[in-house]
Amino acid sequence: MFIMSSQKTTATAVTLDGNEATAYIAYRVNEVCAIYPITPSSTMAELADEWSAKGIKNIWGSVPEIIEMQSEGGAAGTVHGALQTGALTTTFTASQGLMLMLPNMYKIAGELTSAVFQVAARSLAAQGLSIFGDHQDVMAARSTGFAMLAAASVQEAHDMALIAQAATLAARIPFIHFFDGFRTSHEVNKIFLIPDEIIRAMISDELVFAHRKRGLNPDNPFIRGTAQNPDVYFQGRETVNPFYARTPDIVLEVMKKFGGLTGRHYCPFDYSGDPEATRVLVIMGSGGETVAETVKYLQAGGEKVGVVQVRLFRPFSMDHFLAVLPTSVQAISVLDRTKEPGASGEPMYQDIVTTLVEAFNQGKISHLPKITGGRYGLSSKEFTPTMVKAIFDELKEKQPKNHFTIGITDDIGFTSLAVDPYFSLDESGWRQALFFGLGADGTVGANKNSIKIIGENTPLFAQGYFVYDSKKSGARTVSHLRFGPEPIRAPYLIAQADFIACHQFNFLEKVEMLPQARHGATFLLNSPYGRDQVWDQLPLSVQKAILSKQIRFYVIDATEVARETGMAGRINTIMQTCFFALSGVLPREEAIRHIKKAIEKTYYKKGKTVIEKNYQAVDQTLENLFEVTIPQAAHATTDFLPVVPDAAPLFVREVIGKMMAGHGDELPVSAMPVDGTYPSGTTKWEKRNISDLVACWEPDLCIQCGNCSFVCPHSVIRAKFYHEDLLREAPQGFASAPINARGFPETRYTLQVYLEDCTGCNLCVEACPVTSPANRSEKAINLRDKAPILEQGRESIRYFEQIPFNDRAKVNFSMVHGAQFLEPLFEFSGACAGCGETPYIKLLTQLFGDRLIVANATGCSSIYGGNLPTTPWTVNAAGKGPAWSNSLFEDNAEFGLGMRLTADKHLAMAHDLLRQLEPELGADFVRDLIEAPQKMESEIAAQRLRVSELKSQLATMDSSIARHLLSIADQLVHRSVWLIGGDGWAYDIGAGGLDHAMASGRNINILVLDTEVYSNTGGQMSKATPTAATAKFAAAGKRVGKKDLALQVISYGNVYVAQVAMGANPQQTLLAMREAEAYDGPSIILAYSHCIAHGIDMEKGMNQQDLAVASGYWPLIRYNPMLRKKNRNPFVLDSPRPVISLKDYAYNELRYKVLNLINPDEAEKLMALAQEIVDLRWKTYEEMTVSSADAFQPIF
Amino acid sequence: MNLDTTYMGLKLHSPIVVSASTLSEKTDNILQMEDSGAGAVVLFSMFEEQIRKENAKFQAVIQATSNVFAEAADYFPDLEDYHVGTARYLETIRLVKERVKIPIIASLNGITPEGWIDYAHQLEQAGADGLEINIFYIPADLELTGQAVEQRYLEIIRMVRQTVQIPIAVKLNPYFSAMGHTALRMQEAGADALVLFNRFYQPDFDIKTLKVLHNLQYSDASEIRLPLLWIGILSGKLRLSLAATTGVQSAEEVIKYLLAGADVAMTASALYKNGIRYLETMHDDLRNWMSGKGFQSISAFKGAMNQFNVSDPDAYERANYIRILEGVKG
Repeated sequence: MFIMSSQKTTATAVTLDGNEATAYIAYRVNEVCAIYPITPSSTMAELADEWSAKGIKNIWGSVPEIIEMQSEGGAAGTVHGALQTGALTTTFTASQGLMLMLPNMYKIAGELTSAVFQVAARSLAAQGLSIFGDHQDVMAARSTGFAMLAAASVQEAHDMALIAQAATLAARIPFIHFFDGFRTSHEVNKIFLIPDEIIRAMISDELVFAHRKRGLNPDNPFIRGTAQNPDVYFQGRETVNPFYARTPDIVLEVMKKFGGLTGRHYCPFDYSGDPEATRVLVIMGSGGETVAETVKYLQAGGEKVGVVQVRLFRPFSMDHFLAVLPTSVQAISVLDRTKEPGASGEPMYQDIVTTLVEAFNQGKISHLPKITGGRYGLSSKEFTPTMVKAIFDELKEKQPKNHFTIGITDDIGFTSLAVDPYFSLDESGWRQALFFGLGADGTVGANKNSIKIIGENTPLFAQGYFVYDSKKSGARTVSHLRFGPEPIRAPYLIAQADFIACHQFNFLEKVEMLPQARHGATFLLNSPYGRDQVWDQLPLSVQKAILSKQIRFYVIDATEVARETGMAGRINTIMQTCFFALSGVLPREEAIRHIKKAIEKTYYKKGKTVIEKNYQAVDQTLENLFEVTIPQAAHATTDFLPVVPDAAPLFVREVIGKMMAGHGDELPVSAMPVDGTYPSGTTKWEKRNISDLVACWEPDLCIQCGNCSFVCPHSVIRAKFYHEDLLREAPQGFASAPINARGFPETRYTLQVYLEDCTGCNLCVEACPVTSPANRSEKAINLRDKAPILEQGRESIRYFEQIPFNDRAKVNFSMVHGAQFLEPLFEFSGACAGCGETPYIKLLTQLFGDRLIVANATGCSSIYGGNLPTTPWTVNAAGKGPAWSNSLFEDNAEFGLGMRLTADKHLAMAHDLLRQLEPELGADFVRDLIEAPQKMESEIAAQRLRVSELKSQLATMDSSIARHLLSIADQLVHRSVWLIGGDGWAYDIGAGGLDHAMASGRNINILVLDTEVYSNTGGQMSKATPTAATAKFAAAGKRVGKKDLALQVISYGNVYVAQVAMGANPQQTLLAMREAEAYDGPSIILAYSHCIAHGIDMEKGMNQQDLAVASGYWPLIRYNPMLRKKNRNPFVLDSPRPVISLKDYAYNELRYKVLNLINPDEAEKLMALAQEIVDLRWKTYEEMTVSSADAFQPIF
Repeated sequence: MNLDTTYMGLKLHSPIVVSASTLSEKTDNILQMEDSGAGAVVLFSMFEEQIRKENAKFQAVIQATSNVFAEAADYFPDLEDYHVGTARYLETIRLVKERVKIPIIASLNGITPEGWIDYAHQLEQAGADGLEINIFYIPADLELTGQAVEQRYLEIIRMVRQTVQIPIAVKLNPYFSAMGHTALRMQEAGADALVLFNRFYQPDFDIKTLKVLHNLQYSDASEIRLPLLWIGILSGKLRLSLAATTGVQSAEEVIKYLLAGADVAMTASALYKNGIRYLETMHDDLRNWMSGKGFQSISAFKGAMNQFNVSDPDAYERANYIRILEGVKG
């Protein structure tokens, strides 16, 4: 580690992100942490848990107690309880999590309790969810009574975490310490670590004792939390005022002490700029860094500008603010990173207006400057120096625009300020590098490593920020790295890079990279083409950019070098070496020396040979890295591929297409839907081509069982049967086979693979039951190279799409082989390759898609199901399809129940209106509309015809009743309401609502995609996590058994319950879904969903499902209340007795195996316990199967 | 009564040694083995192939799940501390060496030259008293000559010999055309002991499912004859130590092997069947037999019935075979 002696005390320089920098302090100054995962704060909680598991101690020599709760509401309650009994307690959260904590926060503040909540500030879900950063969440908490301390950088997050803790103990007011989600929480920067002795010096033991003493104690009993009446509540509320009045001074004192100890000085408000500035910006959070740096630049150019960076936002101190504001100021602009629709201004603007008006009225200032307020940076929208300059420029106007926005184009309200696209700060002191890679190729990991190597081993400062796209499979990453001799305060993306690396050759024609290259920059390309051939492979725009910007162009075949050096598939080390050699951050020889040293450090445990192999890779990299001689002119005949085909609808071409191309920032306000409503079925326009290997059908071998199509997570395998005459027009190479069914002469069958959407996950190949007699490794579907078959494949797909989907009334979709002919209305999602969840969702849409309403809990399924730009829920040829919405994480059951209530209420209203219109419509027609059965597909089709006829008739009637009926007539076709979510929702955060919704008796269907962890946020333990498995927050293996949700729900008696695993028994899955839907009451299906968080080879996902069932771990069951009603045993155990041990299933998965690696003895004990649990549950279930009907709850 | 013996240069207080098995994966078991009188323990085998596969799988899973999505930088708790690869094995040696006095012999099963060298070095560094190299190799390639196969064994022994200072035992299969000569060459290459013989994987078929069965069966006492034969032949003719390792179910087989000239007899299957404490019974029975025969030490009867010492050396060769056949006739 690099030691910085210029600091006040000897400080260790480390490279950390904001989350770790914060958690480092919070962990050391607390005794209890109650936590719950939520992006972007999850890492803080995970680190605290890991440190606790490793026995790392706080400054008092004790290992903090960490507990994961079922929700943030639960975490806040636990925090409150721990605080009330005297423990130093903290929590980490963001966004909706903070919203769930609000009720407790009022209590904690009202009781004057010392505590710090660490918040990675994030947007709130409004017209859409966003995981990115702004201040909407913390602003929503500003009325709780918590003090609010803002950090603007990674170093500040580290420092403020300690300042907040010291201040809360002295002030007794609880604090929110917050910093910008992602921009600070995920930015890696070189910071100086606060040594433990300074932490100790900052925290007064006397105040800690006082905190403990205020705790509940039966030896000194009192009550707190009384119910108060109108006579005294008000007065009681006012008692705290002196505490709030004192807090700014307390914070200032703590900051002074901190400055004395560390050399880093802060104030509640920090002013920088011209002491006689006439124009001043007021800002809080990371944007303050951008403003401060821009002010320096503008000031150097003679402008009289300045900035007030707000550290302590609550309690807002007028005096401290006035003390730093230059008296010369003529115009102030207050920038809020939040949105408060309908308010007279955003919160901080209002505070400043109030402050200055009050000050003026009280004579504290001589004149009232112009004050404007503006919004910036919502959802991590870029906030750059050129925007800062635009605001300062606007303040020169006689009547500067108020309530403006910056960073967007508002062509509706015309609030936005124009920016100068050519303005930038002097960046000559930095080396800036951009890396374009794939999530799975290790680019981000290697860059984090580079930052560590340079940041911790040289005097240079380093900063890294990583941008991911919104897909979980084939996700692209862009790494932004800066290096320089001074601390890097630039919380915005790199616009002009000195070095650009493209780690994936196929990005060339899809991703615009060189517009971000500075003149004379270096461009490194991982290319299968050598220095003499590569130029001809470049798109025209790339060639032109290289020529016009005089870019130095280097190539390496990293894939080949990796293969030759025995590191196949791991190009990241090779590309990292190229970066060190070419970027100029360090002299080449020194850079290579550092990288070799890092290799030695990384691999020392693995022995000399491994180290030498890596050295060899470095040396070979340098030998294979070539500069390309640039020709005089660009002559390519190809350029970037069109993002969206011309055939796409206008909205897709002009709005979604722009987002897909990476130009979403350019879309004006008018392009956005006003209420978050987007068209269905847009993934079909995004041909992502993420896999070079794709599924390929062998018609001659295929037995047309439909298994491949059934398990395909991305709906890329479709089947149709059709009259053989249709083949006459088929393009050459269109694959077809006679249908494998009796009674269908002249009928052909085609299994079409959507090659450009296939992720090459191999689940289909694994599911195929056929093996070629000639070649045992060949199946009826295999993965093949896409390139040679792509063109012909596109032709085939075009033709296949012209063949009509088979008539649902003619398809036997009670069988797996029949289900393949049903059109999936969920397709080409961004889910992981080989996802275990999406096959269930796809099946749901095949069965009920055209009358399906989905309430989707936040989580993986809401992200691959609803994350822009393109979404997978689609429509059929008749324009009908699933109607989908996501409310929140915790409320999905209630949300879905609400949908059912609408359907039921509107249906009842429609029936009533129909009866009223009987004279006009005819009694038979009305009776049919109300009473005709809708169980069979043909019956539903008949009802659709009736409703269509009804709507035609109603349109001609001029009556209020007819118009009312017309508005709800669609409800006459039975709606299938499904509530979808993961185990985090169903077992934990939404368990209460789920329980209540099921107890309602209403006809809702619940699909729990059980991955047994919080998959979307990175594999944290839920109550579905099994015994003996490791997960985040259960690093030492879970000791408690998985909740038997099925059994719990069965206890209601009137709920249809099924537990399914498609990979073990697809037929049972199909049956369960159909039974659940058919049951006129609540239904729940618990679906085993293999997941990358299990640490498996994803292509074996379905096999693992099979083993889970074979071991008895995941019994397949169905509980059908309708059988009970007929006085039959409603419980059916569909899987056979276990034939393998739990171990034989579990130890194929890293989540179980790691425990064996960490602590084999413990693993064995836990595995034995887990086996016992499996055995016991199996016994229970077996006994239930042989019970008589009256052993189960009767139903009405 | 003195049960001391010397094996591969190590002084042991008993000739009964626990052979490489999963029993030694647990430290507590090793403590129990020492407590029950084992002369030494050969640790469970470290398989290079397994380590490589495990590492590769680990790396593949980690790479596929790290830094791929904004909401999840990774999916597993801090992986740095997971004992993937050799770390767990080395840790076991360190732990065991702190807690037991008897020699601990590491067992290595390599597949590549760098594997043999690297891992042997690491095992020595971790504190192993000796190293048993387990050359688990089926020459299925029809182009491979017997000479080439032997050469391969010898090269491995030389490589390891040049890498470590601790004594090396070589665990062999019996399928050499000239076992005696091969043993001699191995001694010249640097082996300090031979362990006779390795019961390597021999598949069986399930005729119902048409699948290959991978189950390994425990050895039984009837299998001791082949090692008994070769120990009897080699005993007294080579400098190196001899360990017998097949079919040791009770003190009786131990005694037979010692009589044939083995320096130690190894068992694991007896302990699987009867528990680790069964070592005590074996020792009691050995002592009782020695006492009955009036032997005060192992050296008093070790090799007493080897080819060198028996009155009828031919009994070890073809004549023995004829006699057995005649016995059957009779």
